[in-house]
Amino acid sequence: MSLLTFKGGVHPLYHKDLTESKGIKEFSSLPKEIIVPLQQHTGAPCNPLVEKGNEVLAGQKIGDSDAFISAPVHSSFSGKVTAVEPRVIFSGISVLSVVITPSEEQKKMSIETPADLKDISPDTIRKIVREAGIVGLGGAAFPTYVKLTPPKDKPIDSVIINGCECEPYLTCDHRNMLEYTADLILGMKIIMKAVEAKRGFFAIESNKMDAVRKVEEKLMEENGIAGKKRAESPVQIALLETKYPQGSEKHLIKAILNREIPSGGLPSDVGALVQNIGTTIAIARAIRDGAPLIERVITVTGTGISEPSNLRVKIGTLLGDVINECGGLKGDIGKVILGGPMTGFAQYKLNVPIVKGISGILVLPYTQVVPETIMHKPCIRCGRCVEACPMQLLPNMLGSYARVEMWSKVDSYHLFDCIECGCCAYVCPAKIPLVQLFRVAKGEILMKRKREAAALKNGK
Amino acid sequence: MENKPLIISVSPHVKDETTTAKIMLYVILALLPAALLSIYLYKLYAVQVLFFSLVSALMTEYLFQKYMKLSFTLNNLSAIVTGLLLALTLPPKIPWWIAFIGGIIAIGLGKQVFGGLGYNLFNPALVARAILLLSWPKYMTKAWYKTIAVDSVSKATPLYLAKEAREGLIHFGTSNFYKTFLFSNTSGTLGEVSVILLLAGGIFLIYMKIIDWRIPLSYIATTAVLTVFMKGDPIFYLLAGGLMLGAFFMATDYVTSPITRKGRVIFGIGCGMVTVLLRFYSSLPEGVMFSILFMNACAPLIDKYTQPKVFGTKT
Repeated sequence: MSLLTFKGGVHPLYHKDLTESKGIKEFSSLPKEIIVPLQQHTGAPCNPLVEKGNEVLAGQKIGDSDAFISAPVHSSFSGKVTAVEPRVIFSGISVLSVVITPSEEQKKMSIETPADLKDISPDTIRKIVREAGIVGLGGAAFPTYVKLTPPKDKPIDSVIINGCECEPYLTCDHRNMLEYTADLILGMKIIMKAVEAKRGFFAIESNKMDAVRKVEEKLMEENGIAGKKRAESPVQIALLETKYPQGSEKHLIKAILNREIPSGGLPSDVGALVQNIGTTIAIARAIRDGAPLIERVITVTGTGISEPSNLRVKIGTLLGDVINECGGLKGDIGKVILGGPMTGFAQYKLNVPIVKGISGILVLPYTQVVPETIMHKPCIRCGRCVEACPMQLLPNMLGSYARVEMWSKVDSYHLFDCIECGCCAYVCPAKIPLVQLFRVAKGEILMKRKREAAALKNGK
Repeated sequence: MENKPLIISVSPHVKDETTTAKIMLYVILALLPAALLSIYLYKLYAVQVLFFSLVSALMTEYLFQKYMKLSFTLNNLSAIVTGLLLALTLPPKIPWWIAFIGGIIAIGLGKQVFGGLGYNLFNPALVARAILLLSWPKYMTKAWYKTIAVDSVSKATPLYLAKEAREGLIHFGTSNFYKTFLFSNTSGTLGEVSVILLLAGGIFLIYMKIIDWRIPLSYIATTAVLTVFMKGDPIFYLLAGGLMLGAFFMATDYVTSPITRKGRVIFGIGCGMVTVLLRFYSSLPEGVMFSILFMNACAPLIDKYTQPKVFGTKT
């Protein structure tokens, strides 16, 4: 069987062996304090529903918003609210957060769900998914119920559950597929029902054949069919080449359905919906058990960590506590990264909370950190970035113009189609910090557009 | 717990191991067999040319850095590549000072005046060779190790003789030279000693993904097709002169060739067309150098018009 894939991309060293055979463990100790940011998602921030001194239960909604693109947040422990104040999160910005001291006795709250899932309506699914605060757990943290509400004129025919996990080191999706296969398949059914899609794909890269077999077995078992009949059933497995960034929404849809999301568009523009593995399992648990999203599985890995593991962690747990749970740091530490090595965020302190969109903690020893310098290193125009760019951009041109701050020129080379996957900077032999240049350029151009819009408004 | 502050930077946090210096090192390795054979065949003549062009290239690079207060770049090895390439385009018996001046021109005029590595429009080694050829044509076209005597005409390289033969001045059997060109040709520049060794070096670079196969393939194929069209012996014209050195090592210079895949094919075809044009219609026997320089000038334009279709946009 030939493997599906896209044009461009890179083959970094995966290092998944550190954790891929390790079962998901519970974070068992009770943390002294948790921080629950009121914005863990793309969209409008939540307003706090509690104040200092309130007692809260695990699973209690503590923040919500009236905006369409937003998702409520819940307390992940029973305890006492000690502060509602801005705290620094993984991206380095301050976000209004609810600080909670967990109590010895833990009590749970759940969402009301219908007893029979057979006749559940798409609207009920969306309502519960929203109430449960479910957002994309792959990193972008886009509110899931918004994705499950496709525009009327753009019907969704195919649902893709993204089990690529193309980021090196990370194995939480892999473990979830192996250990919670039944939840995963239930989640797929619920999503397909919510958007009334005809086809469903479990997209898995070729380096996770055990997951492919497990999902296939479970699908056969559930439907009680095999062989030819199974091949005709609506839910299939799409086997993809192991390549980064195979799990990018755009590239997954291209590889499986051969449809290109138009520039600036969304998956619904091409009749597709992509959901992460963790998200799909969270949807199943919300609908079946009424469980709000207060925990997630993360991979704690890298040679700078004593016991690399896959860990189920409550949202709001501090980075430092999670590291201690995994035996602490080991040796001279260079970088602590939240997320994967290709797109994650390097941290300068360990008291930031784990939020919904964080899929891993990667600790790199000093010796493995590539020396970075802001000194100008010349581009030798080798073209490796052009070969690697999955968006078929010319990163060298973008980088050269961004370096000399020719913003309109950068814009004309399709800067805003850049998905910041990091392939160009990964392959660059001159080690030019291309992604950094692009982020600066995007910020500058957006600011310029805002200024111009404001000037136009004032002029009238 | 933390003794050193944590390092922060923008993603990606892992990088491929390839560096500019490593790429240059591979190019040097690929050129080494041909350079060593030239020493074996030309003895001290080759040593002298190699020594003076390399030393002057490195020296010029160093002086520019020092007096223009630039950062240290000798360790990216690009000056060695330029010096080596220049030496391989020179005849063995030229006076030492021509090679020396060549190194200065290559690095100074060819590269540093444009802003250093990555900014030059033309291939530095070829800029130097062009200026040397125009300044001291007598040495540059006569200082061969051995010349070939055909019909009492004792002059120059096989390409030159082939030109005279076409004009009906002499009789010349091109097929007699296949083996010489492949293994040990002593009537040419340092780099023309063996097509086999250059080919091996070029294929090594393609295999190691240092150079793109598109340029050499389109260049050589175009030359072959047009030579047949001109009723020339295609095998002779592929093996003779600087085509192999040019196609695998000069036209593929990253800085001075297009960056897009389509652009590279166009670049190679252009090089082939100009080479054949010059070989058959100009008063010079060889056209590789000027064809690559000419196409270097077109590279930015080619890049501009061969931008790939961006994902999610219409053509």
